[in-house]
Amino acid sequence: MALLEVEDLIVEFPTRRGVLRAIDQVSFAIDPGEVLGVVGESGAGKSLTGAAIIGLLEPPGRIAGGQIRLNGERIDNLSPDRMRPIRGRQIGAIFQDPLTTLNPLYAIGRQLVETMQTHLPLSDRDARERAIKWLEDVGIPAARQRIDAYPHEFSGGMRQRVVIALALCAEPRLVIADEPTTALDVSIQAQIIALLKRITREHGTAVMLVTHDMGVIAETADRVAVMYAGRIAEIGPVKDVVLTPAHPYSEGLMGSIPSLEHRVERLRQIDGAMPRLTAIPQGCAFNPRCPSTFARCTTERPNLLHAGPTQAACWLHAKGAANG
Amino acid sequence: MAETVLEAANVTRDFDISRPLLQRVLSGLPRQTLRAVDDVSFAIERGTTLSLVGESGCGKSTIARLAVGLYRPSTGDIRFEGQPLSAARAQASLRRKMNMIFQDPYASLNPRWRVRDIVAEPIRAFNILTTQKDITDRVGQLLTGVGLAPADGEKFPHEFSGGQRQRISIARALSSEPDFLVCDEPTSALDVSVQAQILNLMRDLQQRLGLTYLFISHNLAVVRHMSDRLGVMYLGRIVELGHGETLFRAARHPYMRLLLEAIPDLAMVGKSRTPVGGEVPSPINPPPRLPLPPPLPPRQRPLPNRKTHPHHHRPHRNRLPRHQRRAGVEGKQALLFLEKKKQKNFTPAARSTPDLLPRHCKESL
Repeated sequence: MALLEVEDLIVEFPTRRGVLRAIDQVSFAIDPGEVLGVVGESGAGKSLTGAAIIGLLEPPGRIAGGQIRLNGERIDNLSPDRMRPIRGRQIGAIFQDPLTTLNPLYAIGRQLVETMQTHLPLSDRDARERAIKWLEDVGIPAARQRIDAYPHEFSGGMRQRVVIALALCAEPRLVIADEPTTALDVSIQAQIIALLKRITREHGTAVMLVTHDMGVIAETADRVAVMYAGRIAEIGPVKDVVLTPAHPYSEGLMGSIPSLEHRVERLRQIDGAMPRLTAIPQGCAFNPRCPSTFARCTTERPNLLHAGPTQAACWLHAKGAANG
Repeated sequence: MAETVLEAANVTRDFDISRPLLQRVLSGLPRQTLRAVDDVSFAIERGTTLSLVGESGCGKSTIARLAVGLYRPSTGDIRFEGQPLSAARAQASLRRKMNMIFQDPYASLNPRWRVRDIVAEPIRAFNILTTQKDITDRVGQLLTGVGLAPADGEKFPHEFSGGQRQRISIARALSSEPDFLVCDEPTSALDVSVQAQILNLMRDLQQRLGLTYLFISHNLAVVRHMSDRLGVMYLGRIVELGHGETLFRAARHPYMRLLLEAIPDLAMVGKSRTPVGGEVPSPINPPPRLPLPPPLPPRQRPLPNRKTHPHHHRPHRNRLPRHQRRAGVEGKQALLFLEKKKQKNFTPAARSTPDLLPRHCKESL
């Protein structure tokens, strides 16, 4: 059974000018131990999806429809008091900026101990020993000496290691990592990705990895979901989505990334920009920028359809479609 | 032989990061300086792109600012079209030949000005055109040239998306009809699909107008796409400088190879890498001197010269002591170790050597 199931999730923001639908009927599932990558441009709704799952939507944002199930039990309608023990214990979170995630006034050891004692029945001494073990595990040198150091005494990469330890120390079965390497330099980024991969594999933790960096996804994820304007455009095994994308948007996205492997004269570009939430076009949201638009695209909104090994929300893959 | 537009010879830039005088006197602290750029030399030929790549704090943005005269070098010499930069900056006719595109299009456009005034500012400042009609026409042309409409000139910056704002920055940079543009991370704040649009636009403009670019980025894939020549920076020094494609195919400096190996790429689907551990040391407290790596081929001339080194230029060992002194303890060991690992006769006897090696490196043994 899937560990996390998201079904027809809708997130809305009521504003003075009407209700904005930031996430529109998003469905996906994550199996135990699986890494699901979520990519898309800024504003595509990928971080909001993560926030909705851990119950940290900023008001006035709200879940307006759909279900989120963890181990088969709904968690989208829980009160804050009942959500709190789940967050941390069952679902861990890693955010982009390691400096704002850590409390600057507490030593890192204290933050780890506090997190573990909140969720697990541990004595002070055991918790401290475990904190040291976690710090060693995430590659903090001389963990026993460093445990009482404050966040500002660490570099960005080291802080992100502490944040990973913090997210995993209560041994959750799912971790939501929102742009975990975006604030870091490339060489540090590689270390953090390798660390995240190793640690989650060792503990059998499932990961939802939200990022705009396709390279990180290509290397880390088992499956990938490409989001566009609040919907999933394509979802499938990472190899297929990256190498043989079925949705014109994922195809354009992959083509627009400069590669280290070979140099092209001109990058493939998708003209235009993602529509604002106030002006999502009729039919498929991608139709004004799509090179292969036809009549049906401007009237009907496609749901995910089978397209070979992946699923794509595109009429090109409808049975008997007017393609070719 | 192509003409050199910008030439930097042994440029060093120090910043004074001392505490205020009173504090220093009271606590008996010495003056402290940070060497952001350390003995850097390069030349850019007309119509080509030189890229500088490196991690945060390696001094690449300081070089960008030095190149347009926003900072003065502490020592060394920068020449623009054959003249010393300070002299060139003093003449409006030469000063208008250089311009800059900044990283953050949200911060680099005045939010209270209409786009037409933003784009026209250099035209007015240099008195290139005087009548209002000429200026309006020219602004319209410039906006069309970067893929916007002349009518967009009436709008304010907040009405545009990040990619469109960066187009406005480019139009403004082009309005003084420059030959030379310094682009400091022009696409780092943009999404990949928008980045592709901007990079394509910059290449088109280069071909159409014969522009020369100094392109600063931390993204090696972007740099590969844009550059003719490439300099790799580490702790204020250019550790490798050469023809872009040659460098990508056969990087010689271990740091460049380390960078190349560190970057996640689409082609890496399903493969995994062993990242090299360690971090770039702080330039404030550069690490102490370490054993030198194997000697490099001697250099003939003080500046990069395509005649002697058609595709590749590497500074001579004697000119590099500080870099070698400065590569961090961990970094240096990692680099040496990488070198050794690549050699055929590498035996695990060397296992005992890299005690200082970062953890991940050791694990890969």
